[in-house]
Amino acid sequence: MSDQWHLRESYTFDRNVIAEIQRAANTGIYRIRGWGAKRELPTLDDLVVLGASMSRYPLEGYREACGTDVVIGEGRAAKPVRLDIPVTIAGMSFGSLSAQAKEALGRGANAAGTSTTTGDGGMTPEERGHSRTLVYQYLPSRYGMNPDDLRKADAIEVVVGQGAKPGGGGMLLGQKINERVARMRTLPEGIDQRSACRHPDWTGPDDLEIKIIELREITDWQVPIYVKVGAARPYYDTALAVKAGADAVVVDGMQGGTAATQDVFIEHVGIPTIAAIPEATRALRELGVHRGEVKLIAAGGIRSGADVAKAMALGADAVSIGTAALIAIGDNDPVYDAEYRALGSAAGAWDDFQAGTDPAGITTQDPELASRLDPEIAGRRLANYLQVLTLEAQTIARACGKSHLHNLEPEDLAALTVPAAAMAKVPLAGTSWIPGMEHTAG
Amino acid sequence: MTDVTTFDLADRTVRELNQALHDATSGAFRVTSPRGAHAVAAGIDAAIDVEIDGSVGYYCAGMHQQGTVRIDGNASTGLAENMMSGTVRITGSATMSAGATGHGGLLVVEGNAGARCGISMKGLDIVVGGDVGHMSAFMAQAGNLVVLGDAADDLGDSIYEAELYVRGSVASLGTDCVEKPVEAEHLATLTDLLERSGLDADPADFRRYGSARRLYNFHVDDIAAELAEGGATGIAAELAEGGATGNGAA
Repeated sequence: MSDQWHLRESYTFDRNVIAEIQRAANTGIYRIRGWGAKRELPTLDDLVVLGASMSRYPLEGYREACGTDVVIGEGRAAKPVRLDIPVTIAGMSFGSLSAQAKEALGRGANAAGTSTTTGDGGMTPEERGHSRTLVYQYLPSRYGMNPDDLRKADAIEVVVGQGAKPGGGGMLLGQKINERVARMRTLPEGIDQRSACRHPDWTGPDDLEIKIIELREITDWQVPIYVKVGAARPYYDTALAVKAGADAVVVDGMQGGTAATQDVFIEHVGIPTIAAIPEATRALRELGVHRGEVKLIAAGGIRSGADVAKAMALGADAVSIGTAALIAIGDNDPVYDAEYRALGSAAGAWDDFQAGTDPAGITTQDPELASRLDPEIAGRRLANYLQVLTLEAQTIARACGKSHLHNLEPEDLAALTVPAAAMAKVPLAGTSWIPGMEHTAG
Repeated sequence: MTDVTTFDLADRTVRELNQALHDATSGAFRVTSPRGAHAVAAGIDAAIDVEIDGSVGYYCAGMHQQGTVRIDGNASTGLAENMMSGTVRITGSATMSAGATGHGGLLVVEGNAGARCGISMKGLDIVVGGDVGHMSAFMAQAGNLVVLGDAADDLGDSIYEAELYVRGSVASLGTDCVEKPVEAEHLATLTDLLERSGLDADPADFRRYGSARRLYNFHVDDIAAELAEGGATGIAAELAEGGATGNGAA
């Protein structure tokens, strides 16, 4: 007994906390890493789907159609974005990812009939070539931003923030800034690049409205314009994005990933995806544009077809995946476990995307490491994964009697925990109680 | 004599104007009654000449390429933002973020420019006949900003490799921005830019500012490694000398 007592760890100062204090004391710099929030958070797993019963007919799983397409920008853009599936690939830059990884994402998305997105570093010709539908991010840094690429894009995404760091700018450490990456960003090689967190020529929604008009003018009103926000105040941000003229609002919850950000930012800033979607949906409903003129794309920790279906039931028109897409193409592959361990990590735990030493050849600019990733094989893996997400979401939707994923609704959900019920605004399972709502569900 | 196509924005829309400018491959255009409209002449990508008679709103000549735009008036936020090439000239003053993120070409502001002139500029040359506002050339990456008048507070804060030349006073320099010597190559650059801008000034009257490059990389200490090597260097030595410095990570 006495031995056990002497080995008792502190709950407040557990071994991870102690290790971080020691690391901070040794280096004098905050921890920078990739991935998204790793601590336990309320997730879409805290919701369950209410399948058909006496009052609702299910659809035949293998015989009756269940639509999955989504159209963005209809009405304002001459060329709306038409996706076969409501799962898009989130913005990830060339620079943070290898050219092979970007190609793989394009190939997989093409095969599945969805879009990819550039990142904080501009558009590469390879990326444009391998992506049938490419969303061009318009970021505070404006690295590589130019009107020629803008006109080549199928949509423009004005990035106000991202889930991993609402209120923070991009970061790319010097070891990943090789000659090509530096040239694309007009920066010296090898510097620790810390991007701006605010746009240089607009502040606030009134300015953004004019900025969106300018972008539409430059592109002759051809393509849709999205606004992406990190989930912090999604009700107000969504309403203001609609007011500013967005065709789609991308709301990225705090589980959303990053290539490099301070750990304190990743773990402590923003709100979970499950809490963000209902608030964004509420804003769209109140403005009369939900499931209509303005689409909602939810992101941040989407992993399965169940997540897709639940996010859509909460009001999203589509979802966006980043971390899951990287895993699908080979990130954290057990085949590289020995190499991950040699770097002080392990397959399943690797999050040093900032380091440029990724054994899987994905989050690196090292030519030898990057050459390990076969873009064709990796693209097939992503296509397979996207197909599974879609089939799973359809399975759930049919069970709820829905002939299109867009017909999923909050009434199809119940919550397993009180916090999830309060955040998702659906009743606690087995009750009609929605915490915080004046009127409970019937 | 070249035919000039006139667009009166009292009767026609900015959309009609911009579409005509985007469709053109050559020629000259005159825009009347702009009345502060936004995104006037944005997205030009041809060797055309556009003259705007009056003041414009936000993002006039945004992402400009190749041609020439002249504004006889004043401009609001984001004049010639992200311009790539060609020339944009304004006879009056521009408010905030003139020439923001510009990659190339020449922007001439004959009057004053407001706050954040040349913010995040990436290769553009800007010549301002009057003063520039605070935080001008913030995070400026490449290109030249020439100011014939004075610069307000925090000039060149967090600047990268852009070059700043100011003839008048500088209220204060921003973080990591320092004064640098003016060499022959800089005088040549100044001479060329002043000549092309048509503004009269003696290159010898300017002072030069640029990056001290102290923010380019995080400073990472490693006390454990020092102890393993048995030498007191880095932070330990700094503390011993009583001169501990910041970590450069702010």
